[in-house]
Amino acid sequence: MSIAPWLPLVRPGDWLVFLAGTAVVAVSVPLFWQGGIADKAIVRQDGQVYAEIDLRTRRELQVPGPLGSTLITVEPGRVRVVSDPGPKQYCVRQGWLMRPGEIAICAPNRVSVQVAGRTKVYDSISY
Amino acid sequence: MGSEQTPAPKAGVTRLEVTDEDRRVAWLATAAVGLSLVDAAIPSPLPGVKPGLANIVTLVVLIRYGWGTAVWVSVLRVLAGSLLLGYFLAPGFFLSLTGTTLSLLTLGLARHLPARWFGPVTLSILAAFAHIGGQLLLARLWLIPHDGVFLLTPVFAGAALVFGTLNGLIAAKLLADTPAAESPPDA
Repeated sequence: MSIAPWLPLVRPGDWLVFLAGTAVVAVSVPLFWQGGIADKAIVRQDGQVYAEIDLRTRRELQVPGPLGSTLITVEPGRVRVVSDPGPKQYCVRQGWLMRPGEIAICAPNRVSVQVAGRTKVYDSISY
Repeated sequence: MGSEQTPAPKAGVTRLEVTDEDRRVAWLATAAVGLSLVDAAIPSPLPGVKPGLANIVTLVVLIRYGWGTAVWVSVLRVLAGSLLLGYFLAPGFFLSLTGTTLSLLTLGLARHLPARWFGPVTLSILAAFAHIGGQLLLARLWLIPHDGVFLLTPVFAGAALVFGTLNGLIAAKLLADTPAAESPPDA
């Protein structure tokens, strides 16, 4: 089926509205998916909130734990665990976290860092 | 209907006169209900993502017969469609009603756009966005009071754009193929 017979049915303003609609859809994707834009990093020590860091800043943070201190680095829009005294280094190897809901857990040292956005997201949902 | 067979009314009995307008609304609403059934029969990947074929009827009615008739046809379609599909007064019914109300209000405003520049496609896209916007708001306020509802917004908005455009094109084609038998009222 050719689209040519349909084109005369579309008036100039229709194209504008269609483009505006496309723009709305395009904007809605980053706005609503993955809990919006990453706002802050929540650092927990032994289950308690140790620090909430604005993800627009750039800073380093030492978090003390039973094994020693975990070093966390925050850059605009992302956060990572740089070093940790734990044996397996899972949280370090996870690298940068940048989407809301992402979390790195240094279990042996009881430190975790999680990215939070405007909307709370779940890491799993059961029905 | 069938008023020929009915005997002359006795005193104190009110005869309901069925006007041509009533018959027209009934026929158009029937067409819209039929398309609603077709809509419901089409498998959907996600609840809420539907082609909304009945809106083609709404658009044609709006442009041919005016906003008042479009409201009648839409409301009858939502009522009769929900009765036939078995969701009358269920949450889906209120979602449907809210979406329809908002798109009718949008159409009421958008039909004043200059027709030279904006045709059925514009009306259809705007109505589709209003429809899904209304449904999302009602779902957020009433059914699922959590911002997680809005996670589906991009999917719904994309569907509104695609189906809005297609329905608008079909409505435009129907209007172009069947010239108005009578002059459309501006009411």
